Amino acid sequence: MSLYYVQKFLYELNRDPDLQAAYMADRRDVLRPYEVTEEEADALIGPDIGLLFHLGVNGQILMHFAALHQIEWADYLALMRDGVARHGPVREGVYAMTGYEGVDARRSRSESDEGA
Amino acid sequence: MPLVYAGVCSHAPGITGRADQADPEVRDRFYAAFDGMRADIEESGAEALVVIAAEHFANFFMDNMPTFAIGMADFYDGPIEDPGWLAIDRFRAPGNRDLSRRIITEVMQTVDVSYAEEWRFDHGIAVPLHFVTPRFDLPIIPVNINCQGPPLTPLPRAWALGEALRRAADSVPERIAVIGTGGISHWPATPDSGKINEEWDREFLDRWCRNDHDALVDYDDLGIYADAGQGGFEIRTFVAVSAAAGGASGTVAFYAPIPIFAVGCTIASYDLA
Ligand SMILES: [Fe+2]
Repeated sequence: MSLYYVQKFLYELNRDPDLQAAYMADRRDVLRPYEVTEEEADALIGPDIGLLFHLGVNGQILMHFAALHQIEWADYLALMRDGVARHGPVREGVYAMTGYEGVDARRSRSESDEGA
Repeated sequence: MPLVYAGVCSHAPGITGRADQADPEVRDRFYAAFDGMRADIEESGAEALVVIAAEHFANFFMDNMPTFAIGMADFYDGPIEDPGWLAIDRFRAPGNRDLSRRIITEVMQTVDVSYAEEWRFDHGIAVPLHFVTPRFDLPIIPVNINCQGPPLTPLPRAWALGEALRRAADSVPERIAVIGTGGISHWPATPDSGKINEEWDREFLDRWCRNDHDALVDYDDLGIYADAGQGGFEIRTFVAVSAAAGGASGTVAFYAPIPIFAVGCTIASYDLA
């Protein structure tokens, strides 16, 4: 679990068109300088936006990575929801402060609260 | 010269990037309020604009995250995002290195700030400038408060920064305007994007307009996160402007939740006269 380095890579990728070109040419190779796990590397290579969100990547970093992959806004939101549904609440980072569970879980909980 | 203008506005990237997806009637009233802010700043005779923003990992990252940073350059390029995504063309905004140096030197007497001779503007500054100085003809002094990577700048320290900026602005011969950009409640770039807590926003704006120091610094981050989302952390920029306004009371020119812009869109200012 090395959320710091996953975000560091994305931060540098977002800022640097040369790194973006290198990433597009060989996604695994550009990750070598970063201390990321296999799971994290696979998510960055996929890309698996939902898994990255579940791992705790900040949306302010992740949304640009999604845009780099030509993912439309509505699809980006859906991929994050899907990640939370598949893997569970966000594991680490700012969204884990109060256990980010995503809109669907929140909605079903508030509906059952209203029913109670 | 005494500070000539103090206001706040939203900065969400959807305001420009997803303009065509919003209800045109509400959107255009919001844009008109931005035009009003531009007119007020022009009328104030401002010779430089201090923009207190909450950037989003464009220049500052957790390898060396400043609690506060102030730009000290003669120019700033932007936007750092894809111009098509943000719907703002690449620009070079003027700075004023000498004025920045004098402001920073004065601020440092009471608040520890980092200075930055390089700074690329992200939407936190680019979106407001797109409306407020569309010709990029007013020198900008960018100021950043860490609202993104916890541990975040404490609210009482944001207030202290605002006080120091006011003292600094008053101490230079130039006429200085200041705007804070960000917030209020929102869940940007997450699955909850579009959710807005209007009641929380209106309560915050009431405290802001009354310039109620105790009520403004009374929020805690867990409460903000639960009620106002991680975007709510950006109230630090609004709070700094409150302090810079030196007890003046404020008026909200525009507030409306615009979900596709992912924020309760806000334009407000203090009556400094
Ligand atoms: Fe923001």
